[in-house]
Amino acid sequence: MAFQPDLEMMPRERLEQLELERLRDTLGRVYANVPLYRAKFDEAGFDLASVTSLADLVRVPFTVKDDLRSAYPYGMFAVPLHEIVRVHSSSGTTGQITVVGYTRGDIDRWSDLMARTYAAAGATADDIVQVTYGYGLFTGGLGAHYGSERLGALTIPVSGGNTKRQVQILKDFGVTVLACTPSYAQLIGETAAEMGVDIRELPLRAGVFGAEPWSENMRRQIEDQLGIKAIDIYGLSEVIGPGVAAECTEQNGLHVNEDHFLIEIVDPDTLKPVPDGEVGEVVFTTLTKEGIPVIRYRTRDISRMVAGECDCGRTFRRMQRVFGRTDDMLIVRGVNVFPSQIEQVLMDIPGVAPHYQVILTREGALDNVEVHVEVTPDFAFDEIRALEALQRRLRAEIMSVLAVQVGVKLVEPKSIQRSEGKAKRVVDLRDVSKGGILR
Amino acid sequence: MIDQLSVFLENRPGRLAEMAQVLGDAGNNMRAFVVADTAEFGVARIIVDRPQAARGALQDAGFGVTVTQVIAVEVPDRPGGLAHVLDVLGRAGVNVEYAYCFVEPDSTVAVDIFRVEDPGTAVAALEAAGIGVVPAGDIYEMD
Repeated sequence: MAFQPDLEMMPRERLEQLELERLRDTLGRVYANVPLYRAKFDEAGFDLASVTSLADLVRVPFTVKDDLRSAYPYGMFAVPLHEIVRVHSSSGTTGQITVVGYTRGDIDRWSDLMARTYAAAGATADDIVQVTYGYGLFTGGLGAHYGSERLGALTIPVSGGNTKRQVQILKDFGVTVLACTPSYAQLIGETAAEMGVDIRELPLRAGVFGAEPWSENMRRQIEDQLGIKAIDIYGLSEVIGPGVAAECTEQNGLHVNEDHFLIEIVDPDTLKPVPDGEVGEVVFTTLTKEGIPVIRYRTRDISRMVAGECDCGRTFRRMQRVFGRTDDMLIVRGVNVFPSQIEQVLMDIPGVAPHYQVILTREGALDNVEVHVEVTPDFAFDEIRALEALQRRLRAEIMSVLAVQVGVKLVEPKSIQRSEGKAKRVVDLRDVSKGGILR
Repeated sequence: MIDQLSVFLENRPGRLAEMAQVLGDAGNNMRAFVVADTAEFGVARIIVDRPQAARGALQDAGFGVTVTQVIAVEVPDRPGGLAHVLDVLGRAGVNVEYAYCFVEPDSTVAVDIFRVEDPGTAVAALEAAGIGVVPAGDIYEMD
């Protein structure tokens, strides 16, 4: 079911016309009202009037996280403060927090977008939704809450924490849809089991899970553990929060709400759009945001577009589940490599821990990549054939996601150094003077 | 049935020595020892005098350890001794995955360690043929 079928299933031609009109409107508004954009456009010699098709978007300068940071707290707002009715902020784990503002109209549209998300997961006004995303400056809680109310569902604003109470509410209130992070869904399942509650016997039937990376294997585990359909949702506060893109029940890529957000996939190195279906950095341009529109915002998330039309009938194109961050991009033999993709592979293979290290060396003119992977302590170490088969499988699957030749070395359990913050995943021993990257 | 320790060893210099050191520090004596190696890693197979204590010490030191059930067979220390044992196992349809041997001091028999797919059948066939299967208590302390 679609919440707004006339919009979500509109013909591509009409959609693209709408996108162009909204793009021109947005560009005009930010140029008039946001000094940072005006300076960027002027500096690049970019003329608003020259935008006559969506293809002209590639000439518009990018926006990056640092632009938002430097404008802290209100510098990127495109309307006077009295028109802003709410702010949220990013977590600030990697630096200065960024503040995003919403007008009444933004909140209204955001509610629609999140209602679409629930409907795409199969939810209706008859559902009972438990929201365990944190309520507060984080966009997850209130975004999920307003969308659920907009759908007309009974909405339970539990927020995060106190997992036993979550299980109690889930059981006593007859909850049918759970909104939380995938890892929290797992914890709820484990806690329920400890409490002697069989979630599979409860009315719960769907979960909308997002705000952190997860894998297909983890999805299957959660679906089995909770007896539900698990739906991947995507969003980021700089764009709007959750509701940017969401899977439908086909579970094959996330439909981007293209009537509100333009998506591009670019090579993070050259910043040129990649051919359709190739991996690159996800870039969004908002089309209807009033409080804080963003123009070609580089998300640093890595994904690719999914080809073809979806059986659900939505005409919005789909992006694949986000599987990496550009922050850890490497260039190996001229190919962009995203080591965080390795983690996704490891999560799907039994017998290995999700810890790895990439060792880069140079032999002659050639870059050499060796991936160290930890075997789990409970592996049947006597089985040399099983170890060799594991190594072959790892090598094949890692090579298929990285698209470069790698060697895989199995290392002992817990031998890769753990880090409190950002783990040191890459050791680059290539000579800097010969073009290597020192990290 | 004998508890053998199988220890995963990264392919790097000194790792085997570290393993031996951990066992020594824990007061464990190795009765038999063999390393199977591939290009990328090794697996040390060890019979020690106190297997459970040794396993704990190795795991505490960060080693990946599996306890594997093997059988120990007394083989007369003369030409053809091993061939006879293997013949018995072969006739019983028992497939040997790997084997190694050690000789007890002041003894006229060698002890051969066999890892087989079906230890129960193997032991029955060996005993029926009058071949001595060594109980665990003769090889190490039953900790």
